[in-house]
Amino acid sequence: MSAALLTDLTIFILALLVGIEVIGKVPATLHTPLMSATNAIHGIVLVGALLIGITAHTAVGYILGFVAAVFAGANVVGGYVVTGRMLKMFRKKAPEPELESANGHKGIRGLADRVGIGRGQS
Amino acid sequence: MTGFTGQVGFTGYIQLVYVLVAVLFVVGLHLMNSPATARRGNQVAQAGMIIAVIATFVLLIHAGTVTTTGWIVLIAGALIGSGIGLYAAQRVKMTAMPQLVSAFNAVGGGAAALVAIYGYYDAEARGSVLGTTSVFSVLDVLIGSVTFSGSIIAAGKLQGFIPGQPIIFKGGRVLNVALAVVALGSGAFLFSTASLPALLILVLASLAFGVMMVLPIGGADMPVVISLLNAFTGTAVAMAGFVIGNWALIVAGALVGASGSILTKLMADAMNRSLANIIVGGFGTGDSPAAIGGPVDAQVRSIVADDAAIQLAYASKVIIVPGYGLAAAQAQHGVAELAKVLEDHGVEVSYAIHPVAGRMPGHMNVLLAEANVPYPQLKEMEEINPEFARTDVALVIGANDVTNPAARRPGNEISGMPILDVDQAKSIIVVKRSMGHGYAGLENELYYDPKTSMYFSDAKKAMAELTSAVKTLVG
Repeated sequence: MSAALLTDLTIFILALLVGIEVIGKVPATLHTPLMSATNAIHGIVLVGALLIGITAHTAVGYILGFVAAVFAGANVVGGYVVTGRMLKMFRKKAPEPELESANGHKGIRGLADRVGIGRGQS
Repeated sequence: MTGFTGQVGFTGYIQLVYVLVAVLFVVGLHLMNSPATARRGNQVAQAGMIIAVIATFVLLIHAGTVTTTGWIVLIAGALIGSGIGLYAAQRVKMTAMPQLVSAFNAVGGGAAALVAIYGYYDAEARGSVLGTTSVFSVLDVLIGSVTFSGSIIAAGKLQGFIPGQPIIFKGGRVLNVALAVVALGSGAFLFSTASLPALLILVLASLAFGVMMVLPIGGADMPVVISLLNAFTGTAVAMAGFVIGNWALIVAGALVGASGSILTKLMADAMNRSLANIIVGGFGTGDSPAAIGGPVDAQVRSIVADDAAIQLAYASKVIIVPGYGLAAAQAQHGVAELAKVLEDHGVEVSYAIHPVAGRMPGHMNVLLAEANVPYPQLKEMEEINPEFARTDVALVIGANDVTNPAARRPGNEISGMPILDVDQAKSIIVVKRSMGHGYAGLENELYYDPKTSMYFSDAKKAMAELTSAVKTLVG
């Protein structure tokens, strides 16, 4: 076993322990955004996909690199955007707290709200 | 590219940047421990990702060996992928989140497998594949491929492209074992011999195994399956990190692996089933509990909207117990509106969320948050259970097995499963379309409780009726 591999293994094990510690504190309310955020984080594989370029000089290399880049790109961008969209919906108080008895406004406000949510950005 | 040992040159400094990236990932996940800081957490992790990509481009330019075609292919690929990801992420409905997460698991696992496949291919061309890294290459290809095909099947089941019920055929288990043997065998062969055909066999057997692993699993078990595949993806990415000696991948993969494993355990515990039991499959009946229409017992008391509204309006404390049936009937906004009317009238309203209410961990919370339910009202099972005894009305909508008191007794399918103590409430109203069974195929004893009234209606319609009835009452 090389020294580099030993370092890598050490890092892996310590990161696992940190992960267990940190993730264990996330409340069940946020488990879906958590999974989606970790989804985005494993999009780091994009780095691995891009590094293929250093040695890829054949058609096979290019194809593998291309597909890996498409996959990882979708993973990373989609993961962060959808997590942001979800987390934006978690509010401490319901919107328009004092106007709820005015029925006429409700439809429009509700609609505007939903549009706001629908156009979520990261 | 292999850590500090050897030479602490330019790549060493880039590796340090990757350490910073890893730190940002950990801090980002740490901030997710509260809804108030979670958004910032996501942004911190996102910043880490941007730094990682910039550092990688610097590394690529510094290496100076990327061909023009290489640049075009990589940048085009990343941009196309990003576009697809962006489109999907902005368009997806919150009810379809499990499918999307599954799809991202698939592409993440697939990309990780491709990194190792390329690494193997490249090293083989230079005759240098034998060594300790081949263990990680094999594991990466194996886990990544299983995740890729398994996640696609899971997403297909959730989306309804593939029937949600367990798909079992004769000899399926034998085939499963055979595929595992072939995959492991070819993997072991690769430890000692460089062989591209063996690599191809490994990939194909792993892909087939992924399909065969998820097909027999029922739709209602999806929260466990998605969590498990999430853990697999993380592990595959960490293995890819070993293959290319990159610390950012190793740490990120380990974090995701830990997260996925914790969620898998939580979900399996909440169903009171072992992972092995779920993987073997053939238990869950799929998305819609079949309305077998059991003997409608005379003891069941039914109730109409006006009477239910009276109970709710004159309660001081109401707990709403939503299940996936609520989301399936698109009644989230309706229930939120009812809750709001009650709150304005001075009724204390909260939601009791069972861990497996939904198709992925925490799914129900997102669906209710989307309907503008403030998160302090969303209570976890441990938190809310002691409160049922002080509750005037428990309103159960689309939840079944997780409210069945039979779980407290030994000797039935759901024995030992943690449940919401709905039967402790002073009065219970169950909104349900008919007397169908839960997915465990069991009668829910809660329905025969003398304190329970059954409100037979579609959830969405029931919420609208209740809301207007309450409004009339409280003027």
